[in-house]
Amino acid sequence: MFDDINILSLILFLPVIGAILIAVFRITDKGLKQFAALVTGVTFLLAILMFIDFEKSDGGLQFIERYTWIDSINAEYFLGVDGLSAPLLLLTAFLGFLCVFVSWNIKDRVREHFAWLLILEFSIMGVFVAQDFLLFFIFWEIELIPMYFLISVWGTKPPLGRREYSAVKYLLYTLLGSAGLLAGILVAYFQGGTWDMTQIGSEVKDYSTLIFFLIFFCFCVKLPMFPFHTWLPDAHTDAPTAGSVMLAGVLIKMGGYGMIRLVGMFSDPAKEYAWLLILLGIIGVIYGAAATLRQTDLKRLIAYSSVSHMGYVLLGIFALQQVSVTGAALQLLSHGVVTGLLFAMVGVVYDKTHERRIPYLGGLARQMPIACVVFSIAGMASLGLPLTSGFAAEFLIFTGSYNSDVTPWMHVYTILGIVGIVLTAGYILWMIQRVFYHEPKSQFDHLPDATVMERFVIFSLVASIMWIGIRPHYFTDLIDNSLEFMAPWLGQ
Amino acid sequence: MIPDYAVWLIIFLPVLAFLINGLIMRPLAKEKNAKYSGYITILSIAGSLGLALWAVYSVADEGAKEFSHVISTHWLGVGDNLNIEISILLDKLSATMALVVGVCSLMIQIYGQGYMKGDTGYMRYYTWMPLFTAAMLGVALSGNLIFTFVCWELVGLSSYLLIGFWYHKPSAAAAAKKAFVVTRFADLGFVMALVGIYFGMNGTELVQKEGINVFDIANLPDIAHQAITMGLISTTGFTWILLGIFAGAAGKSGQFPLHVWLPDAMEGPTPVSALIHSSTMVCAGVYLVARLFPMFAMHEYGETAALVVAGLGGFTAIFSASMGMVMYDIKRVLAYSTLSQLGYMMLGLGAVAYGAAHTSDHHEAEHLMELAFAIGMFHLFTHAFFKSMLFLASGSLQHSTGTFDIRLMGGVRKYMPWTFWIFIIGSLSLSGIWPLAGFWSKDGILLESWAHTPWFFWLAMITVFMTAFYMFRAIFMTFFGEWRGGDPSGLHHGDEHDDHGHQEVHPHESPFVMVAPMVVLCVLAIGSGWAFLGPIDANAFLGGHSHAFFSVFTEFSLDEAKHSLPLIGLIVALFGVFVAYAIYGAQWVSNEAIGRAFKPIRTLWYRKYYMDELYEDVIIRGVLMKGIFWLCAAFDTYVVDGIVNGTAGLASEVGGLFRKVQTGQLQEYGIAMGFGVVVMLAAVLIGFYG
Repeated sequence: MFDDINILSLILFLPVIGAILIAVFRITDKGLKQFAALVTGVTFLLAILMFIDFEKSDGGLQFIERYTWIDSINAEYFLGVDGLSAPLLLLTAFLGFLCVFVSWNIKDRVREHFAWLLILEFSIMGVFVAQDFLLFFIFWEIELIPMYFLISVWGTKPPLGRREYSAVKYLLYTLLGSAGLLAGILVAYFQGGTWDMTQIGSEVKDYSTLIFFLIFFCFCVKLPMFPFHTWLPDAHTDAPTAGSVMLAGVLIKMGGYGMIRLVGMFSDPAKEYAWLLILLGIIGVIYGAAATLRQTDLKRLIAYSSVSHMGYVLLGIFALQQVSVTGAALQLLSHGVVTGLLFAMVGVVYDKTHERRIPYLGGLARQMPIACVVFSIAGMASLGLPLTSGFAAEFLIFTGSYNSDVTPWMHVYTILGIVGIVLTAGYILWMIQRVFYHEPKSQFDHLPDATVMERFVIFSLVASIMWIGIRPHYFTDLIDNSLEFMAPWLGQ
Repeated sequence: MIPDYAVWLIIFLPVLAFLINGLIMRPLAKEKNAKYSGYITILSIAGSLGLALWAVYSVADEGAKEFSHVISTHWLGVGDNLNIEISILLDKLSATMALVVGVCSLMIQIYGQGYMKGDTGYMRYYTWMPLFTAAMLGVALSGNLIFTFVCWELVGLSSYLLIGFWYHKPSAAAAAKKAFVVTRFADLGFVMALVGIYFGMNGTELVQKEGINVFDIANLPDIAHQAITMGLISTTGFTWILLGIFAGAAGKSGQFPLHVWLPDAMEGPTPVSALIHSSTMVCAGVYLVARLFPMFAMHEYGETAALVVAGLGGFTAIFSASMGMVMYDIKRVLAYSTLSQLGYMMLGLGAVAYGAAHTSDHHEAEHLMELAFAIGMFHLFTHAFFKSMLFLASGSLQHSTGTFDIRLMGGVRKYMPWTFWIFIIGSLSLSGIWPLAGFWSKDGILLESWAHTPWFFWLAMITVFMTAFYMFRAIFMTFFGEWRGGDPSGLHHGDEHDDHGHQEVHPHESPFVMVAPMVVLCVLAIGSGWAFLGPIDANAFLGGHSHAFFSVFTEFSLDEAKHSLPLIGLIVALFGVFVAYAIYGAQWVSNEAIGRAFKPIRTLWYRKYYMDELYEDVIIRGVLMKGIFWLCAAFDTYVVDGIVNGTAGLASEVGGLFRKVQTGQLQEYGIAMGFGVVVMLAAVLIGFYG
């Protein structure tokens, strides 16, 4: 369908053009929002068309665009998607589109907000399609700026939040990571003489462990991996709803995505240090869940649950089994939709009640039945109930990693990981009980339920959760093909 | 012969009702049209029941002992490594289970028409009920362990939603959460077993060469046997897999020490208790063990696991019965009774499995394999009818008196004759009095446990006495004596419009729509033990003893001396009834005097052996929330994040020394950093390659 169009560039740069137009032309706030919806909508539509056209049985890169960029250093403008990145690209376009509606009620500095939102979408999609390491790095860095402004300008004001502190913490922490990424790709370039992400692994002969860890550091901060996770609860909690949705939904997925690519490039250090990274992942699962159980702020609670869920991604990736890595990639998708929905729901509740502290909430099921049902569905997906996306992903991770022999303790780690799902059930159900059950509170009487626009957003996310959950093999086949292509050495 | 699509429809008809009620009725229908949601549910479940009957007759017509039929479709997979199918296995076991679910569910939905009338959550109730029924039918008919697990979890979900149906009550909300978390904890075992099966058995020839799915229930025993003989999995590993499955089963079926959620689950509406927490969902665990029985009965390999099943079952039987003897809430009495009876079923299955795994006689093992279904499943079958009926009767009592507390009732037999007789028949059946259904099924369990695990037999025998005692204690306190006033505040449950307070309760018989389903179940509670489904004798159908109706007492003997076991069981049960009569009916012995004499043990029972306190106060609140989890959260805030902030603070102070101008604006630091990176990048590029 797209033989003579650069579809990926089109998808990528539409939001940028939109952002520039929004910044330049003076139109009403409402018109501006509609325009943003149009731009992201078209982007999403193109992403869907791209995904339909994507040859599912082919594991290699597709829709390749390759042009010389900086001749003197061999840097190329090299885009392409495979079964691993195509779903993530689709997810980003999807959440980018929904986030326009999530932030429809923004009243403060509307123009800038939507411009930054579009830039954010652009940069994240860029990370997923870039196949040149330098290009990848640039996209990776661009993403920091819109996110920083989203948190610091439209975030939660004191006394409830500390938006400036959180924004700076986010920026500094991830910049520190980026320093590692930059150093890593520079060393790799000096060693291998190429920026081509599909080639660099086989070109680099020495220092692969050093490169691996420099780059890994950047990804593990973003994922986040214990003990580099403390920026995340602050950033999530203080970000505006749209920011949280993007942050939890796709931004931290860049970390997991990067890791899978990294494992595909440098298999030896990955095998050698898998034991350590799995250990840290499992600590993240249990420790993250334990910390989640102690949270009293609704948003912070969900933020901490991400730390726990991302531990499974580490377990899946570094078990280095085809089944488990497929599960980890599916977990990235699943968690993106599920946590995106959870944050959107917190936004719905907070917009109406102006309250996020769990002890002050309660009994909302009577006043906001739709919010209660959708929140519960998101919760069930988070705790991995079968027929939601969470189950398929986690089950693949567990079956895959139990078969792995990267460390002799693998069975113990897997079992500990399985224990994590009970803790998840604990904090999710306890949260639902404290927020929605018990006697209705009179101060929340006559509160409206989710608005039509909010329903559009949350119902489409619910539909995605169920789609992945009911037909998981549609995605697993896709991911699996690409893994066979990218990392054929993965264990069976 | 039933066609494939009709078997699928057994599951999908209720799914359809769930979707219609959930997606169309609840959001769109007006309050006055709410009743149609009930009709939709009843219609769909009646359809499922009809198809289930057809399935049973198809299986019976085939005549063959090992009739099974598998229909499957691909669900989840990763290349050639992992292939998960969704499939249906139709044989006599699954058809029987589907029938039980269908009958109980249909009767209870009809009963709900009266019981739930006027409740604000009427449509919600009729949305979750078909979801539960569909999931339960899925567990029954599933031919693949993964599909079983999927339905298993959906059963847990719908149970959670229905226990917490009146979510505005904190006790109901807490009970729902507790049920979900406890069963989920148990499901850890199930998941680990699934992972273990894949790990240990995926390499067998049956899977690799013949393309049989490793989770396929019908072939799992053969696959397991091959895996052990090929040395892919050790006997210990195999035992752990069985124990993991049993852990999941024990959670759903409330076996000690995971029984704590079931009594609390009585917070849900009574029809929910009648369906989910007495006759179907709690039997899912027993069913799972029965389904995988050939694995537990595998010669030499299943022995340990079978013994654990029998032992825990026997212990749960007596342990729960002890608590049932002192409860005042009639629904809780029934709940403990359910736990106890589930223990019986586990004991029966475990005993036969142990016998089969232990014996070296091939023929005897084969005979025992066939017997197994008749032992565990037969009791599940009869128990489902009389126990759901008893629950419905207790709901009928509450509907009329406003309370479940037997201390507040008394003399109700005059006002509610139907409910009275139904309760009497149910109790007699439960106590195992000849010739009601419960007698035949309980008898089989006692017999087999005497034959294979005699030391657990005595637990079961004492429980026979206790069962009869607590049931008739409840009967004498509820239906005999003087009317003690009921509870006016409990009437019109969940109906907030009712604000003109009733000062007095006038008990009256429940409406026809509630009595009729109880009567249908009552017929089954009497007859399902010996003559059911016209030509099919349920026991013989399942492959059990073919007993004679009158000469049963002379047929089965304990030993050479021909002490008739059924007769002994009957006498013990009647003795239980007599003791209850002596204390609570005729009051020859004062209830209070006995209470005083056995005060410590009575308190221990009444406080449920303090296990709720141990789990909730000590372990969860104390050790976990205030201990380990608190430490984790504090460690995160003060150590992990403390180091981060400390480092950042240090860096900023060092920076301050060099910087004369400090704006103090965090934003500016951030921007400066952002530009810094870009400059750095540019410098690197220009410096090296400019």
